[in-house]
Amino acid sequence: MTNMLNLTLKVWRQAGPDQPGRFEEYTTTVADDASFLEMLDYVNEDLIAHDQEPIAFDHDCREGICGSCGVMIDGQAHGPQKGTATCQLHMRKFADGSHITVEPWRAAGFPLIRDLSVDRSAFDRIIESGGYISVSTGAAPEANMIPVPKDVADAAMDAAACIGCGACVAACPNSAASLFTSAKMQQLNLLPQGQAERWRRTEDMVETMEEFFGSCTNHGECQEACPKEIPIDFIAMMNRDYLKAKFANRRRGGQRKAG
Amino acid sequence: MALSLDSHVPDGPLADKWTNYKFDLKLVAPHNRRRFTVIVVGTGLAGASAAATLGELGYNVKVFTYHDSPRRAHSIAAQGGINAAKNYKNDGDSVYRLYYDTIKGGDFRSREANTYRLAEVSVNIIDQCVAQGVPFAREYGGRLDNRSFGGAQVARTFYARGQTGQQLLLGAYQALAHQIHAGTVQLFNRMDMLDVVVEDGQACGIIARDLLTGETSRHNAHAVVLATGGYGNVYYLSTNAKACNVTATWRAHRKGAAFANPCYTQIHPTCIPPSDEFQSKLTLMSESLRNDGRIWVPKDPADCGKDPSTIPEDARDYYLERKYPSFGNLVPRDIASRNAKSAVDSGHGVGALRNGVYLDFAESINRLGEDVVRERYGNLFDMYERITDENPYKVPMRIYPATHYTMGGLWVDYNLMSNVPGLFVCGEANFSDHGANRLGASALMQGLADGYFVLPTTIAGYLATKLGTTPPPITSKAFDDAQADVDDRVKRLLSVKGTHSVDHYHRELGKIVWEYCGMARNKAGLEQALSEIPALREQYWSDVKVLGDGESYNQSLEKALRVADFMELAELKVRDALHREESCGGHFREEHQTPEGEAKRDDENFQYVAAWEWGGPDIQRDAVLNKEPLVFEDVTPSQRSYK
Ligand SMILES: Cc1cc2nc3c(=O)[nH]c(=O)nc-3n(C[C@H](O)[C@H](O)[C@H](O)COP(=O)(O)OP(=O)(O)OC[C@H]3O[C@@H](n4cnc5c(N)ncnc54)[C@H](O)[C@@H]3O)c2cc1C
Ligand code: SF4
Ligand code: FES
Repeated sequence: MTNMLNLTLKVWRQAGPDQPGRFEEYTTTVADDASFLEMLDYVNEDLIAHDQEPIAFDHDCREGICGSCGVMIDGQAHGPQKGTATCQLHMRKFADGSHITVEPWRAAGFPLIRDLSVDRSAFDRIIESGGYISVSTGAAPEANMIPVPKDVADAAMDAAACIGCGACVAACPNSAASLFTSAKMQQLNLLPQGQAERWRRTEDMVETMEEFFGSCTNHGECQEACPKEIPIDFIAMMNRDYLKAKFANRRRGGQRKAG
Repeated sequence: MALSLDSHVPDGPLADKWTNYKFDLKLVAPHNRRRFTVIVVGTGLAGASAAATLGELGYNVKVFTYHDSPRRAHSIAAQGGINAAKNYKNDGDSVYRLYYDTIKGGDFRSREANTYRLAEVSVNIIDQCVAQGVPFAREYGGRLDNRSFGGAQVARTFYARGQTGQQLLLGAYQALAHQIHAGTVQLFNRMDMLDVVVEDGQACGIIARDLLTGETSRHNAHAVVLATGGYGNVYYLSTNAKACNVTATWRAHRKGAAFANPCYTQIHPTCIPPSDEFQSKLTLMSESLRNDGRIWVPKDPADCGKDPSTIPEDARDYYLERKYPSFGNLVPRDIASRNAKSAVDSGHGVGALRNGVYLDFAESINRLGEDVVRERYGNLFDMYERITDENPYKVPMRIYPATHYTMGGLWVDYNLMSNVPGLFVCGEANFSDHGANRLGASALMQGLADGYFVLPTTIAGYLATKLGTTPPPITSKAFDDAQADVDDRVKRLLSVKGTHSVDHYHRELGKIVWEYCGMARNKAGLEQALSEIPALREQYWSDVKVLGDGESYNQSLEKALRVADFMELAELKVRDALHREESCGGHFREEHQTPEGEAKRDDENFQYVAAWEWGGPDIQRDAVLNKEPLVFEDVTPSQRSYK
């Protein structure tokens, strides 16, 4: 059964990175079957009808997989439903008459673009620094040659489920990116295919992460906010690997910065 | 003027063509590769894999995407899996069988040699992805697991939970990131390609618009590769990501590239039915669910509103199992979709809006246990519950077909080059491998086959002829004109200042195309659409309301440019559907069906690729039809039977 909800929204509006920002209040009535982003679409249609510029927000797949969407909803990254990206949050999670505050991710590593949209390219820089297994096209051995125990493959997949949305950073009091970085790194560090570059990858990814983001002090807020419920165990694994990497890489000395 | 559409399919036996062709192809020596600049537009499976591989080979690559990161491309959303003829299950699979299934699944409307090559390189794709660290599902012994998909009687689909596209794309993205780091590839993110530049009949660059600043810029290259995805969003509601659009290929079409078979679209049978007018997109429930879910509707329309658990077995119609006993719930998509439509149209639809059919897991849960079902489909079930607020472990899912994939696209030859020299097209953006219907788990395969293995090989044959040349400078007249045209389009859209939003018009267009050119089409309806679309387009250009300016981040303007191109493509698509007086695959003309209601092909008159050439803005009058006859040397087209 569809019910209609009357809502009051407080939305962060900011025309550009160097412009002043402020909250604007909007009221709207939507069906509880609508998703959070469909609710914003609806508000935007109304704004356009009244000759006001629509609210900018990032989104694409609307299936919780591309990682484009993400806003702070009443101070929570991706809002109240656990394990759910903003686009998969449905309005039935809100009561009729709710007041909802909507803000962009706020973190120094994610500069604001406009309204609710931020720049997360720092994540790409972390991956570029070492978040891959070097294997040129055509150089791969037969796929079943190296067996991967099912539990290892499953653990790698748990890490690989990260959608790169940045909620972990937004939820962290230090704006750290440890959950993202560790998930991306541990997927590869767990697999037999990822061993050759393991220590080098670890050191490079951690150090690139530190250029953009704050330090992790184990609050665990990231895990609570993560739409894919990536566990902070991966951070512990990353920290352990980083210590080992420092040692291993020093031993190998000159070898590691090549290429 | 008729185009010369030479497919450049090499001679020789089917199974040897690709090997021999690679040997005969001109090469570019390693030290010469960095002298060539190649533009790749798109970072989905096709674009990311192509750009990474070209970078590895040593070419100088510029890659463009309108997304903030290459990893966000629509490919990320693919759930079910990727086919490959590994025959790990020892169930009789082979390259030949995968090829045969694909060409038959496509209702004998694809090019034999391309389809065979696709099956041939499929095995290399899996090797490559595993080496990159793609965490495919494994068996306890550590070997790769497989499942089966529609249109096949073997288990050849590799998968990573319900996130296969995500994992494959991240593998390609990471390979791309490696090349960006190495400096062979330069990334242009949040950049929208708005035109292809053609000089002396050859593609030599693009015009792109920076989405954050609104600035347009010119980029030249020895060759341009479009890997920009499909045009399913012409229907407004589809399973595609919201930003998917036709602009890149449509603009190339306007610059001379033939658009092939635009009427071939795939309506996927298992999507969540729309719930209300706020609906902004439709969500796919992976086809893999048909492995363990049974599709049914109540036999008696009077039961349709009842709690499904109270409807006894003998009052249910498992219509696919009844009509197609050998494939059952795993018939190809077009057949499953049409049957769902007829169930709903004949009053057997279920759900509050009576707009769905059941996909029921009760039997599998009994047989396998809830844990096994959760392990296989857990994330899909969760997604379903989040959207519908119903628990599919307890109540059958409700599903209905939705637009999903476009088999049509820019015409390409065996080299994946369009009829405009230097303009290559990969992935869903081209037309080549799936004919009139694509089998599940074959788009990921095609995107990666094109990007990792085919294009990086064939492009050398073209580039080798350009050794020692530089692309035309960006100050040339062709670039001036193209950029002026883009700037003018932006200005015009901003200056209309009309009364209705871009989304309003997109939705209206979608309604027309869905109504008249959706799952079932007929002459009268298509003619109706041909009168409505140009009228809507005219209204759009005189009434659309795009607020804001062209010098900052303006999402309405972005969409407005895309919808303008959809308005044109829609007309060509309907025109194509009207001309094709037969039913084949996803193109079902009601006038052409067998007594049992199956698609009836007309091989005598329509065994060809319809490659349309831009003739001017009055599309239905001026578009020029070119035909590439489909020659089958290996298989004999037959009436598809899945009974
Ligand atoms: C929900 C869903 C599930 C699916 N599941 C499966 C499955 O299980 N198995 C399977 O085989 N197939 C599946 N498919 C189909 C498959 O995912 C797609 O066909 C395939 O991923 C397309 O890849 P692509 O690289 O061609 O294009 P896309 O992934 O669409 O990428 C297009 C790229 O081009 C860029 N781009 C486009 N236009 C421009 C422009 N003008 N300027 C700049 N950049 C541009 C975009 O930014 C993007 O990077 C599924 C599709 C959907 C919708
Ligand atoms: S770890 Fe979780 S919250 Fe962080 S980017 Fe990945 S999916 Fe988002
Ligand atoms: S829009 Fe893709 S994850 Fe939300």
